[in-house]
Amino acid sequence: MEELIQLTKKGLYCARGDFYIDPWQPVETAVITHGHSDHARTGSKQYHASASCVPLLRHRLGPIHVESHEWGKPFQLSETKVSFHPAGHILGSAQVRVEHNGNVWVMSGDYKRTPDASCEPFEVVPCDVFISEATFALPVYSWEPGEVTAKKIFNWLHQDRTRPSIVFCYALGKAQRILAEMKRYTDETVYLHGSMAELTKLYRNHGIPMLPTELVADLPKDFDFSGKLILAPPSAHRSVWMKRFKEPQTAFASGWMQIRGARRRGGYEKGFVLSDHADWRELIQTINETKAKKIYLTHGREDVLARYLREKGLEVELLRTEYEGEQE
Amino acid sequence: MKAFTRLFDELDSTTSTLEKVAALKRYFKQATTDDSLWAVLLLTQKISRRVITSATLKKIFLTATEYPEWLMTESYEQVGDTAETVALLLRSLGYARPDTKESETESSLTEWMTNRIPQLANFQTLEEQGDVLLSWWKDLSADEIFILNKLMTGGFRVGVSDKLVIRALSELFEVPSDRVAHRLTGVKNASDITFSEIISKEEITTASNQPYPFCLAHSWASRVDQDWSSEDWCVEWKYDGIRSQIIARDQQLWIWSRGEQDISNSFPDLLKLFEPLRTLNDGTVIDGEVLIVKDGHIESFQELQKRLGRKKPSPAVMKENPVGFVAYDCLEFEGQDLRELPLQDRRKYLKRALKNFKTEQIKISEAHEVKNLDELEKLRSQSRENSAEGLMIKHWHSPYTVGRKTGSWWKHKIDPLTLDAVLIYAQAGTGRRANLYTDYTFALWTEDKDGKRTLVPFAKAYSGLDQAEIDELDKWIRRHTREKFGPVRSLEAQQVFEIGFEGVLRSSRHKSGLAVRFPRILRWRHDKKPEDADSLETAEALL
Repeated sequence: MEELIQLTKKGLYCARGDFYIDPWQPVETAVITHGHSDHARTGSKQYHASASCVPLLRHRLGPIHVESHEWGKPFQLSETKVSFHPAGHILGSAQVRVEHNGNVWVMSGDYKRTPDASCEPFEVVPCDVFISEATFALPVYSWEPGEVTAKKIFNWLHQDRTRPSIVFCYALGKAQRILAEMKRYTDETVYLHGSMAELTKLYRNHGIPMLPTELVADLPKDFDFSGKLILAPPSAHRSVWMKRFKEPQTAFASGWMQIRGARRRGGYEKGFVLSDHADWRELIQTINETKAKKIYLTHGREDVLARYLREKGLEVELLRTEYEGEQE
Repeated sequence: MKAFTRLFDELDSTTSTLEKVAALKRYFKQATTDDSLWAVLLLTQKISRRVITSATLKKIFLTATEYPEWLMTESYEQVGDTAETVALLLRSLGYARPDTKESETESSLTEWMTNRIPQLANFQTLEEQGDVLLSWWKDLSADEIFILNKLMTGGFRVGVSDKLVIRALSELFEVPSDRVAHRLTGVKNASDITFSEIISKEEITTASNQPYPFCLAHSWASRVDQDWSSEDWCVEWKYDGIRSQIIARDQQLWIWSRGEQDISNSFPDLLKLFEPLRTLNDGTVIDGEVLIVKDGHIESFQELQKRLGRKKPSPAVMKENPVGFVAYDCLEFEGQDLRELPLQDRRKYLKRALKNFKTEQIKISEAHEVKNLDELEKLRSQSRENSAEGLMIKHWHSPYTVGRKTGSWWKHKIDPLTLDAVLIYAQAGTGRRANLYTDYTFALWTEDKDGKRTLVPFAKAYSGLDQAEIDELDKWIRRHTREKFGPVRSLEAQQVFEIGFEGVLRSSRHKSGLAVRFPRILRWRHDKKPEDADSLETAEALL
């Protein structure tokens, strides 16, 4: 079978279509799976993205040439037919389906199967070759539904309402997911770090129902944050920005928090297991459901997943990409 | 189990002592007295029962679930803890009860500790044990499985000090904390005490072999007040032995170590030396240091170590390493608790208690008169030649308090010996250090006949770096590995560290021919090249 997509210095390249998927260097034509910075990089001439990804992309990359595409609607790039399909990772996150002469490759980008109130649900796309991420490819990782984790955050917030409660999480995707999942339990305002303001607005514009938010920076200096929920990116942890909260209780929301050692190492008091990526079972389930004859694995614990799949009789190869997955 | 698991989770997920005390109080408020007793014993690590080892737990899990061993190993390397790995894998397999579902056979902590867990020992084969465990696991949440696994393997630990547990009990049941602490001292078993006894407001006569909680000292460096007046302070040598209490009550004698171990059996010769105390009068407790004393000379801790862990020492061992004792304090005399008296009065009782002792092996610690801080430093600098590891500085008016209370007792240790050594091997740690290279081996230079210099391993150290340095070094290690031998990586000889330690001794078991005591990293010497590191000859000079 022809190698439709290959690893080059600039990224994953499709020669038949003369385009790159999530290149890490500037190229002519870049097809983008989603808005996280290790996948969407600046400098390319022409971008293609899903319609719901485009506003996030513009926000992140500034003025760019980008063509917006509906879910599942194929478009022609040179000799290939390309289409976007929801990946369930963050708003607008897509798998890229590439077809040439009946040969179908799907690049998953980052994905998950756990229900998420803030983005389109994952769609299984049958293919000949599936390129899968492997961020959490160890069986110790298994996620609960977002609503269960949201309930835990809600309980934690209510356990001590004499102190501010800060949850650290990524500004794009995770923060909005918390705001959407928590809506089941409360209607109280959540206070945001500045880096989350615009991104949250973009989610709202898209019509994602979320808790009301206000910016910490917009509030008077003496505002009492006791009993309030505050969201901030991990970079704000132990920074000067924290000074305005009196003895806050702190937590980190991430898939890595599944493991007690990682929780204690991070210096956060509490860990909430909440990931944008597929857990071990979801990875295997998805790989099986695509019915792909060959699997390429990228970033994460691809070594473990590769051995497991090979023992089940699948053809697996590893791809050394520069994607980072969920950072610790 | 559910309530105890919640308590564990609450203690584990806050750094605030107020929150921890609040969580403890919430638990004790709703728990039965039996469960409360077990919780106290487990949280203060008075008991840990290993019914199975971690290795067996792993085997049982693999057999019961037919799990691929390599996948378990990969998982373990990420997690760094067998009990937790098993809990997470059971959840992934769908065996564990989901958090959202209620347990059908919820059992109390007492039921687990007194019935279920001990039962496991009755089953001989891995298959039988696996059947039992699977039936338990299926009705427990992953968090509860983790706790159960920890309890079964005797590895239960949580980030709460004895002091906080005692404080919670004292506040909730309105009993003075010193009283609670005293009652818990020396307790080894659930049958030793009841929960009502722990929290009783009444004065309860304690068991005759029960030691007092040890009075501990703060580091002199942390002292704020820098005044000195010679008549205030009792300055003694700080010896490096086993801090112990000699207890004579009911015509019997016991030796309790600071680690709350009854070490009487290991030192029958010391019991014999204290024989006069047994019959002297009812109720004498003496605080001091167990040491090896040969021909009037105090030997190193290494010599004492040869006596430790021996249940019944042979006459040869006792002759080779004769035990001795330096007495610091008298806590009870003629059955009276003296702890509230000032030190100067307690010393008088100490002299009375030991006045008929004719042996060279037992001495009362010498109180030095020190006129000023310069003299104090001068005395401290003479510690090594006096077989001491520094000075103890106690206020003459100080009572014998429970634990480490600020103000009246200080320890002023000598600076450690130091050498610059090269990092040559690293191994990943466990627990919070899983997946991080934190166990280091350091080497010194040695020269062969032809003048060729090689590095020979000299000490292992685990502590001394802060988290940022650990992370930085971990990254460096991954990028500068020469070879991997199982979990150990051999490294490019580039990084130099200043290693501190308390002493050097000859050892035939080590490649360098030397063994060091308490090695730890003092500094990362970015400013030094590997060739600047010290040599084995320099280390030998410290012998």
